[in-house]
Amino acid sequence: MRKVLETKHINKYFKKPVLFHVLKDISMNINEGEFVSIMGKSGCGKSTLLYILSTMDTDYDGELYLNNKLITRNSRQELSYIRNKHIGFVFQFHYLLSEFTVLENVMLPAKKLGEKTFQEIEFEAMQKLKMLNIEHLAKKRASRISGGEKQRVAIARALINNPSIIMGDEPTGNLDSHNSENVFNVFKKLSIEEGLSLLVVTHDDDFAKQTDRIIQMEDGKIIT
Amino acid sequence: MINRKVILSIAKTHLLTKIKQTATAALGVTFGIGAYIIMVSFMTGLNQMLDDLILNLTPHIHIYNEIQPSKKQPITLYDDFKNSFNIVHSIKPKMNQKKIHNAYPIINYLAQNKNVLGVLPQLKSQIFYIAGTIELGGSLIGINPIEEATYFKLNDYIVNGSAEALYNSSNGILLGIEIAKKMSLNVGDRVQIGTVSGTVFPLKIVGFYQSGIADVDVIQSFANIKTVQRILGEPENYITDINVKLKDIDKAFLMAKDIEKQFSLTAMDINTANAQFDTGSSIRNLITYAVSITLLIVAGFGIYNILNMLIYEKMNDIAILKAIGFSGKDVQLIFMYQAVIIGFVGGVLGLILGFGLSHLIDNVPFETEALPRVKTYPVNFNFWYYIIGISFALIATFFAGYLPSQKAKKIDPVDIIRGQ
Ligand SMILES: Nc1ncnc2c1ncn2[C@@H]1O[C@H](COP(=O)(O)OP(=O)(O)OP(=O)(O)O)[C@@H](O)[C@H]1O
Ligand SMILES: [Mg+2]
Repeated sequence: MRKVLETKHINKYFKKPVLFHVLKDISMNINEGEFVSIMGKSGCGKSTLLYILSTMDTDYDGELYLNNKLITRNSRQELSYIRNKHIGFVFQFHYLLSEFTVLENVMLPAKKLGEKTFQEIEFEAMQKLKMLNIEHLAKKRASRISGGEKQRVAIARALINNPSIIMGDEPTGNLDSHNSENVFNVFKKLSIEEGLSLLVVTHDDDFAKQTDRIIQMEDGKIIT
Repeated sequence: MINRKVILSIAKTHLLTKIKQTATAALGVTFGIGAYIIMVSFMTGLNQMLDDLILNLTPHIHIYNEIQPSKKQPITLYDDFKNSFNIVHSIKPKMNQKKIHNAYPIINYLAQNKNVLGVLPQLKSQIFYIAGTIELGGSLIGINPIEEATYFKLNDYIVNGSAEALYNSSNGILLGIEIAKKMSLNVGDRVQIGTVSGTVFPLKIVGFYQSGIADVDVIQSFANIKTVQRILGEPENYITDINVKLKDIDKAFLMAKDIEKQFSLTAMDINTANAQFDTGSSIRNLITYAVSITLLIVAGFGIYNILNMLIYEKMNDIAILKAIGFSGKDVQLIFMYQAVIIGFVGGVLGLILGFGLSHLIDNVPFETEALPRVKTYPVNFNFWYYIIGISFALIATFFAGYLPSQKAKKIDPVDIIRGQ
């Protein structure tokens, strides 16, 4: 099995307000096509780890590999490109550009990547929306749709550049059980049908049990 | 390039959804640039009018024979008194010819100089204007009317006539307008000219001369050089003054010095003649630019404020953009574009506003006795001021946008996402 994501001995400290060793010697990996969930008590460092894995946080010790390439000491410019092309991120809160339409939000990362014409991008964006059953919202302003719909738009946006891995920080944490299930089903479907690699932080036991593997964290350490 | 387009479209969307703030910021620039255009157009228009008033009438170099005491008194030539201290009382000026010796060869020589635009001979004479029993003292200047019109805008100072009409008339006179008023004379009338030696000539009035300076207009009249030579009974090479117009006025001083040395004549350059002149213009310019820059700085702070606010409001957007792969530079560019768009739109509107108001001012009646030819406020529509104006706007907004955009560039998306 090819490793999509791998960490070696990652340590992170917060220096303010007091020195705090938040992540302790994290070594783990995600294989291609694997659907992994991270669980752990509040404050154990799950989000902190995810920000490092998504390359947004570069202030850590240790090594991070993406597709077997060390990216720990890459420049910010290079990391931006990696996030754009290889990593899809879904937040707990539905982070969309509220002044743009749903379709524009989904197209934005692909436009930034600039590998395809706008027409091709629009076509693919519509396909992603269809796959998530929200194609009828395409022309609506992102601020005018429901929370569950927003989360699906965010997933469509994470998918647009066909990334190596999708990460989610409690992507269902803000949704009711119906919408949570809906989003979970979408992830499951992507994992099985598209062979996508997924890494999702969750507090939901039922959600976690249905994933391929659960990583348990406690006090900044991986325990299983 | 595609990247640019995407970033520009984000910038535009931000601005359009915050149209009120955008408009406020742009209006600040509009007023700054508009005020600059109006001020600079009006001020330089005024400067130019005042400059013209004097410069048109003043040659760059004026060559003549000055009446002055001899530098060497006879006693200094006498060897016996060489080593003694001589005091000479009541020195009288030497009887000097007013005539410039060899005037035409000098004129031809000067005309060949590359820096010279025109060399114009003049013949100045003291005369009397006679009407019935009245005799008014005055001066009659013999000129080449066509050349004077070309180089010294003579036609601008002629009322009811033209330089051509004078040129075509062998006994015509361009009478000072104040003299005409005093003597109730009209164009077409004859005026008797008396010379110092007592002879009287009738000349036909072909127009009035009005410099706008009353003291001049009550004395001075013009006729063809030949006419004046005939009146004075002098030969055709009798010339008292040579006026030189240069291509570059700054060379006047050195050239005047050269001419003095070479021909032992007095050569007065325009800067020496009107030394106080430049200061007025440069102070007016200084005021114009000081006020304009102040206005633009105020406008710049407006833009700075609004962009800062916008960035504060768009923290989430900035975090999202960075999370999905836009670099800090891209984000910075978004806000720089916004600043420059505000500057450009505001600046162009400012140019239009400035042009419109300048045009209005240009048509406001402004009449004064001293400036007979000026009917409306003088406004200088120089294209360059518009280029400077828009560059000003772009540079000011660029700097106003730079600091906020730098801040946006440095925003850490993790901080924002955590903060939710
Ligand atoms: N910027 C910061 N400065 C200092 N300490 C921080 C900072 N951010 C987080 N922490 C601390 O680091 C620890 C880990 O935080 P983190 O957000 O990763 O927890 P979590 O596992 O995601 O919790 P939750 O399940 O509630 O989201 C917490 O104790 C938190 O107080
Ligand atoms: Mg968390």
